[in-house]
Amino acid sequence: MTSLFSKFDGTAGALGSLVEAGGRNPFSVVIEKPVSSTVGIIEGRETLLFGTNNYLGLSQSPRAIKAAQDAAAACGVGTTGSRIANGTQSLHRQLERRIADYFGRRDAMVFSTGYQANLGMISTLAGKDDYLILDADSHASIYDGSRLSPAQVIRFRHNDADDLYKRLKRLDGTPGAKLIVVEGIYSMTGNVPPIAEMVAVKRETGAYLLVDEAHSFGVMGERGLGIAEQAGVEADVDFIVGTFSKSLGTVGGYCVSDHPELELVRLNCRPYMFTASLPPEVIAATMAALEDMAEHPELRTQLKDNAARLHAGFHGLGLNASKQVSPVIAVTLEEIGQAIMMWNRLLDLGVYVNLSLPPATPDSRPLLRCSVMATHTAEQIDKAIAIFKQAALDAKALPEAA
Amino acid sequence: MSETVESVSALIIQKLLANPKVPRDIDGNCKIMDDLAFDSLAVMNFVMEVEDDMDVSVPLDKLADIRTINDLAACVVDLKNKG
Repeated sequence: MTSLFSKFDGTAGALGSLVEAGGRNPFSVVIEKPVSSTVGIIEGRETLLFGTNNYLGLSQSPRAIKAAQDAAAACGVGTTGSRIANGTQSLHRQLERRIADYFGRRDAMVFSTGYQANLGMISTLAGKDDYLILDADSHASIYDGSRLSPAQVIRFRHNDADDLYKRLKRLDGTPGAKLIVVEGIYSMTGNVPPIAEMVAVKRETGAYLLVDEAHSFGVMGERGLGIAEQAGVEADVDFIVGTFSKSLGTVGGYCVSDHPELELVRLNCRPYMFTASLPPEVIAATMAALEDMAEHPELRTQLKDNAARLHAGFHGLGLNASKQVSPVIAVTLEEIGQAIMMWNRLLDLGVYVNLSLPPATPDSRPLLRCSVMATHTAEQIDKAIAIFKQAALDAKALPEAA
Repeated sequence: MSETVESVSALIIQKLLANPKVPRDIDGNCKIMDDLAFDSLAVMNFVMEVEDDMDVSVPLDKLADIRTINDLAACVVDLKNKG
């Protein structure tokens, strides 16, 4: 009889050699206790956190913690229902209003996770005769949304506006709406798209544009609205999708739009309807974190300075680090074995980063993915750079120093 | 439209052979993932190159049904004829 689990044989083999090569399972790291936004206890040791996406450090915001405590005391710890049934409390509508107002948009939908926001918006907006035009390096939530949608799905080359144009032109004369999906900052590499060029393509071809600002919200733009704000193209972006689980430090997703039909999307969007809504304490903490973010633009300045410091440090060591400066900085290695060894050495020496292995990486090479925080100190960043140097030497990812 | 499954298949094989990691003895019946050891991402990226050569876009849902080089060629020819 065929085993239900034989399809995982490849995974089992890969995981086995991964653990054998490095001594740890990189996918089951436990942060035993967060000490602060930048330090956690891992394997009993204080470890610098450089892989948490907690860009503004707001997971530890005293205001958000207090708001969560108060909301739990006042409203309970869960809604036990869907947004379209019993799962909408006045807090949910308040958060939607505040997010919409913060973006200067007509309305917002709040989802239970950022993953569900992409899954829901993409699968619901693109119907049977429509076309989804995705950047080739899109996040899994975008690909999964496209699988849940009955639309035809076409990929264009990563960050290539000319290729996007070419693929849209091939669809000239086909019925059905076209929805372009791009990200503000690509989560694995830190790459930023040429959004103004993409907007020009969108205008010329009459397509719609959805931008996933998951990693750029709180990070880019004067008010932290993301790449659309930074590039001055907000009016051309039909839908902005994002998450609360990065810059705002909580959990949940959203979509903001000026299209009045967003109200109808609520009633057609399965990942919105068929899941429980966010609990009151998360909603309250998110609103408090949004206030923190709005009142402290200096967090964004600090984040940029910190990203530049780590970026310069990596390039100074001669590591193959991301070209653009953003709070996501990936170090690309040539061989998986080298990446595993270096990742383990980093953790031994007190730095946690994300190990990303192909095919989850864009070009079949492994990545050590770092995310920088506004709350990192210069000393912590310099220490991380020194530890990267040691780990790279130990893994023979850098030539022996002269 | 002058492309046939045979001509497109030959073009795909020629492109594949440009990659030194691909076995030399491939033919149209080779399974792209199983026989050539391409992962899902490598397949999508390779198809993109074929798309450029043939000036056609292969939707991802069609890709799910493609196993062999000839399947891919037939899909491209079908899309070209519809276009």
